[in-house]
Amino acid sequence: MSEPNHARRFGLIWLVATIVALPLVILLIGPILPPGNGSEQASGQVTDNTVLLAMATPVLLLVVIYLLYAIVCFRQPKGAALEGPAVRGDTRVQTAWIVITSVLVLALAGYGTVRLLSDYGSGTGSGPTPLTKPSGPKLPVQVIAQQWAFTYRYPTYGGVETPHLVLPVNQWVELNVTSLDVIHSFWAYQLGVKADANPDVNNVAFVKPTHLETFEVRCSELCGIWHGSMFDHGKVVTQSAFATWIREQQVKFAAATKVLPPYSKTYLPEPTRRGG
Amino acid sequence: MSLFGKKLLGVGTAVVVVGVLIGLYVANWATSFPTPVAATVAPGAVLGGTNLTLETVAAIGSKYSPAHPDWVSYLVRSKGQWIHSTIYTVPANSIVHVTIYQFDSPTGLRNPFLSQVQGTVSEGGAASGTVSIDGKTVNAINPEEASHTFAVPQLGVFVPLPGISEEAKNPCEEAPCEPSKFAHRTITFSFRTGKKGRYRWQCFVPCAAGFIAGNGGPMQTLGYMGGFLDVV
Repeated sequence: MSEPNHARRFGLIWLVATIVALPLVILLIGPILPPGNGSEQASGQVTDNTVLLAMATPVLLLVVIYLLYAIVCFRQPKGAALEGPAVRGDTRVQTAWIVITSVLVLALAGYGTVRLLSDYGSGTGSGPTPLTKPSGPKLPVQVIAQQWAFTYRYPTYGGVETPHLVLPVNQWVELNVTSLDVIHSFWAYQLGVKADANPDVNNVAFVKPTHLETFEVRCSELCGIWHGSMFDHGKVVTQSAFATWIREQQVKFAAATKVLPPYSKTYLPEPTRRGG
Repeated sequence: MSLFGKKLLGVGTAVVVVGVLIGLYVANWATSFPTPVAATVAPGAVLGGTNLTLETVAAIGSKYSPAHPDWVSYLVRSKGQWIHSTIYTVPANSIVHVTIYQFDSPTGLRNPFLSQVQGTVSEGGAASGTVSIDGKTVNAINPEEASHTFAVPQLGVFVPLPGISEEAKNPCEEAPCEPSKFAHRTITFSFRTGKKGRYRWQCFVPCAAGFIAGNGGPMQTLGYMGGFLDVV
């Protein structure tokens, strides 16, 4: 019996599997990928993760199906102890592999760059001078990390500082993330925001919350004994509820606001007496 | 047994012994928690109130901590003795009345926001946002005068503790420090515990002298400037 054309047969199997799997991955798995749809940035990250998964799916199928194909079709006959034919390389296969993987990686690099620029950093910290900024009014909120808690300062509301983060829905927010001591990382999971908090650095991240919800705030940089307790819940509320809340905070924390230093993008406080 | 077999047995035995010793060391380190100390029932208190009496000292002393006698620390009063522990057991949904004798000098808050008292309640349980310092009720202190804080972030409790004057005539050098003998500040306040669970508490002042940014050593070691409230 003549040997079948393995390349053609394998290629056909892979093509059919890809045509079947790709829509399933995009339509069924894509919508449940993290981090959700709490903000424009989070929704964008879901799209990005779906694109990554869609591009990885054919590659995964290629490897897995080839493995299964080899197990089934190139199995050693029972009782035989045969050496397989020597493989010396195949220029066409090698070239195709290098070209296809290079195109995939470069395409993803291009896609990622465009997404970062078009989505104003996609919720990540973009350093003190971001390359792109959303137009129109933005609510500046300073995220201040210290061992072991985050606090939040609202410079356009008298510089009041609060122990919890509350944001208005459908409003661009400019998060200015900094630290008073060691390196932390501000991670508002459902909003798709993650920005390192470094001492003496203002790390800017933009986010536009789109849903009224409670979101988790965590530190994602190992920062000491209570790192695991640097956890809180923030809220996205209506514009009017935010206006009410911030007025309450201004009253509640009036005593602290009096002794806060003037608002600054970074602070380098030294212990005034002894510690350190 | 062949020579190879004997070597294999010897190496295997050595690996097992070393592995067990490492395991025991790690297990001992990981389970070395301070002894929990229960708050005492407050006489005549409402809402199942309990009393918790603490002190902060500039140096724990060799009696309590031979390995780190110069570390700053909290201690808790139990059965008439000062105990070196930072794990306190308090009842759920109750009010804890705290008295802290503060024997240390100021360091200053890194974040002045924490100079305002948060999360405290009156004796009857109404939100107050105040503490009594040496008999005077205040809602904030000068952030530069802060020596330590008693903060339970999950309960929203932040209480700044002012230090003694640097010119105080008889500062306590090391624990135990008796209020009747040494210069101190007396801070009293109450807070509500809420549901059962383990809540961490900590000092937010970078008070660990001699460590980078004032936040190493006793600030990073359970049993000195932070611990747990076991709400049961």
